[in-house]
Amino acid sequence: MTAGSTPKLALRIALLALVAALLEIVAVSQISVFGVSADLTPLVVASVGLLTGSISGAAVGFGMGLFLDLALVQTLGVNSLIYTVVGYGAGRLRELRDPQGALVPIATGAAATAVATIGYSIIQFLLGVDAPVSLLLVRDIITTILVNTIIAAPLFAIVRRILVGALPDDPARRRRRAYTTGGLSPLSRA
Amino acid sequence: MYDKSVRRRRAVLALLVVCSLILLTAYFGESPSSPLHSVQRGFLQVVSPIQEGASRALKPVRDLFGWFGDTLDAKEERDKLRDELEEARRAAIANAAAAREAEQLRKLLGLDEELSLDEMGPVTARVITRSPTLWYSTVSINKGTSDGVRVDQPVVNGDGLVGTVTAATSNSAIVTLITDHTSGVSAVVNESGVAGVVQPAVGKPDDLLLEYIRRGDRIEEGQTIVTAGSRSRRYESLFPPGIPVGEVTKVDDEEVDVYQRVHVRPFAQLRRLDVVQVLTDPRGTGAT
Repeated sequence: MTAGSTPKLALRIALLALVAALLEIVAVSQISVFGVSADLTPLVVASVGLLTGSISGAAVGFGMGLFLDLALVQTLGVNSLIYTVVGYGAGRLRELRDPQGALVPIATGAAATAVATIGYSIIQFLLGVDAPVSLLLVRDIITTILVNTIIAAPLFAIVRRILVGALPDDPARRRRRAYTTGGLSPLSRA
Repeated sequence: MYDKSVRRRRAVLALLVVCSLILLTAYFGESPSSPLHSVQRGFLQVVSPIQEGASRALKPVRDLFGWFGDTLDAKEERDKLRDELEEARRAAIANAAAAREAEQLRKLLGLDEELSLDEMGPVTARVITRSPTLWYSTVSINKGTSDGVRVDQPVVNGDGLVGTVTAATSNSAIVTLITDHTSGVSAVVNESGVAGVVQPAVGKPDDLLLEYIRRGDRIEEGQTIVTAGSRSRRYESLFPPGIPVGEVTKVDDEEVDVYQRVHVRPFAQLRRLDVVQVLTDPRGTGAT
């Protein structure tokens, strides 16, 4: 967690992760859009990482991945490994660059989905595949990334709305503060 | 202070990655009865009632989005179905006479013991979750071992073969669909009796492959693929014979290949499964 993290924030993140994972497997994965389903998990993990930092991003990624592996009786460790990397990467982006643009959640969501889908495929290849693999898999991966890119911004807004009350250092508030203090961000002052 | 936070961050990342790798390595080499698999089944048992409740609550949302998708496809589907209906009417008239004749012959030959699905202990179940990855084609259902569902039992729906049960707890089970990359179904071409193995092509859920068909065997588009259901005691098939699997859509017959590659469109709409049946007594022994 970030330095100013609180049990309230941890509780909100845990509940958010649980609800998002359930929503993903009971509803979203069964809705077909352009032949694929949206994947909320990388978007939620990346959003949490962007809002709260690398440690909580990695932790929520690990937790959501483990939940999916357990609930869907899939190979344990695959999703948790991938989403740990996704959450950590998004958190580091916030810590190093502190991005404020409106397009940041969209680009991060697309990148997170790309890492998740391509990473999953690579691990499956490493573990062994018992059937022929069609090149259409690439099309499905790209379509999933596009669909997720479309929903990344609203989903980020929802995640931020859920966490905002518990965030010790909300990026929006920091931006406003930086504006009123002559453009100095708290990071540059530290 | 800075060094401490960097060390802490890196330690957390390393810990989570190592935990994931340990889980992955341990799980991958384990048998299905091992501790990690048991933990997984226990977890499934605990969360499946929650999943089922959430699935019921969110069904209207799924149906709403499904309705949008269905409407877009409806016009094309309607024209196709009209043509198929005409064809089916003609075939039905011919089949009715053939069926009467076949029935009489079957009775004459004492072959009336062929089983219908009703005699295979069908247990109707609702699909509650679906794997969101492109690689795993699995769904979970709301019936488990307390309803007679066991691992390796075949699963069907009104259209045809859906898959097999690969994990079961007392109140839920995981069904691996025939489009999963681990699936393989021994099957025959209904019209000619040519046998092969139906395998999926990863990334093409609407296109199964009937493999190991020799080049000399004549397969044509539109022919029906059904389960072979081996009766061998030594290598007994998981599936009873005659369950519809799909329809031949294309035959790749390359001169350099030993085998033909037959493309099969599954009858069951595997992306829109709501209700399925588990055949708890696929051999019709009346044991359940």
